[in-house]
Amino acid sequence: MTSALGKDLLALEPLSSEQIRLILDTAEPFKEISERSIKKVPTLRGSTIVNLFFEASTRTRISFEFAEKRLSADTVNVASSGSSVSKGETLVDTARNLEAMRIDMVVIRHGASGAAQFLAERIESNVINAGDGTHEHPTQGLLDLLTLRDHFHRLDGLKVCICGDVLHSRVARSNIWGLKKMGAEVAVCGPRSLLPNAIDELGVTVFSRIEDAIQWADALNVLRLQLERMQGGYIPSLREYNRVFGVTSERLARAPKDVLILHPGPMNRGVEIDSDVADGPHSVILNQVTNGVAIRMAVLYLLSGGRPELAEAAKGGGGR
Amino acid sequence: MTDRQTTVLDARAMDRALRRMADEIVELNEGTDGLIIVGIQRRGVQLAARIVGSIRDREGVEVPSGALDITLYRDDLQTVGPRPVVGPTNLPWAIDGKHVVIVDDVLYTGRTIRAALDELADFGRPRRIALAVLIDRGGRELPIQPDVVGKTVEIGRTQRVDVLVSELDGRDAVVIAAKTSA
Repeated sequence: MTSALGKDLLALEPLSSEQIRLILDTAEPFKEISERSIKKVPTLRGSTIVNLFFEASTRTRISFEFAEKRLSADTVNVASSGSSVSKGETLVDTARNLEAMRIDMVVIRHGASGAAQFLAERIESNVINAGDGTHEHPTQGLLDLLTLRDHFHRLDGLKVCICGDVLHSRVARSNIWGLKKMGAEVAVCGPRSLLPNAIDELGVTVFSRIEDAIQWADALNVLRLQLERMQGGYIPSLREYNRVFGVTSERLARAPKDVLILHPGPMNRGVEIDSDVADGPHSVILNQVTNGVAIRMAVLYLLSGGRPELAEAAKGGGGR
Repeated sequence: MTDRQTTVLDARAMDRALRRMADEIVELNEGTDGLIIVGIQRRGVQLAARIVGSIRDREGVEVPSGALDITLYRDDLQTVGPRPVVGPTNLPWAIDGKHVVIVDDVLYTGRTIRAALDELADFGRPRRIALAVLIDRGGRELPIQPDVVGKTVEIGRTQRVDVLVSELDGRDAVVIAAKTSA
């Protein structure tokens, strides 16, 4: 028996709006657990989850780990450095060995697009994509949706502009799919060299001036300018990027209404976003982090359990 | 669903039962000091609100109340699928040293109450925990008994007791129906 989401969470693109809504609604009661003095429920007691991080991550890895621990799962962290991965073991061999130790779920972050799906097709355990190459980062997309819904109480008709390095951003892709499925209007804004060629085919508006984006939007999701892209010659200089595309309080002051500011982190203060905006009254950047734990708890809960052979054995035992 | 239904309590009888339960809760606690009423999601929450209203009418005191969703504490989560819907838990009071009364609609196997006791222990250490249910239908699978009961009904495994509340179901009633194979 599979859950309402299926076996894995690999991307938002294949999900229906009902499935996305189910995850967002399920995250709501999970917020309360993190406010308790004993931040733990016994839901995943006895489940073993492996966090397989082939790429550096602080926020996402810790967020998953908190979510797992608050649901009472047992967790193991595997990083590529210091593991047999650095000895040349393949992804599938690593995962099969872990599975031979009877694990239930794998959370994977990998530099190659499609790595999570590749793994999901080859192992029995539930697989959650924590970011694969430039493909998707579905739990980040979901926590952005939840943060927007918390603030505006709706997603339908909401105008959201994703700013910056859309080309290399899995966060952007998950946001575009998620927002469009939930009925929001989506735009992107950034230098042409950092926008995908076929961006129009995704059904989004393209702004080449940040001022126009700010005039239009209810919310800006400001992406991290991946500094390693500098070597690729995508932008002339950080200073010029800030001057042309930086989200600054001066630019926001000219907007017709308050614009909500999101950023998936880690921030380059003074490059894509100015400090007074990041720390300002319309920033929900830390709400995103808080919501990340609730979203990941909801996803873990929805993918877990449902062992039909045990259900058969327990038949007759009722509720109440 | 047009199964034959037998009404156990109509709206007026249900109201009388809840008022009597409210009186018994105040007697059990010897007043309203230190009392906290906690309803179990979903229909226990509405019944708890009625009991709080009844205590307000009689005693002129607003007793603190909360809502508990026990889904994440169920003992059958590894076996049931798809995942049950999780409702909100809202218990904004410190329960240490207090007299907590759990309110639920139907007491059957006792497994829900086992879960509720575990969840309450994560919120603190009450002086006492009591159990008030509108319907006790027997059939316990755990050593759990109610302190306050609205009505006891003896029915078999093939039947189901439904408590209807106007907030969610459009009317107040308690009915017995044949269990549909769900």
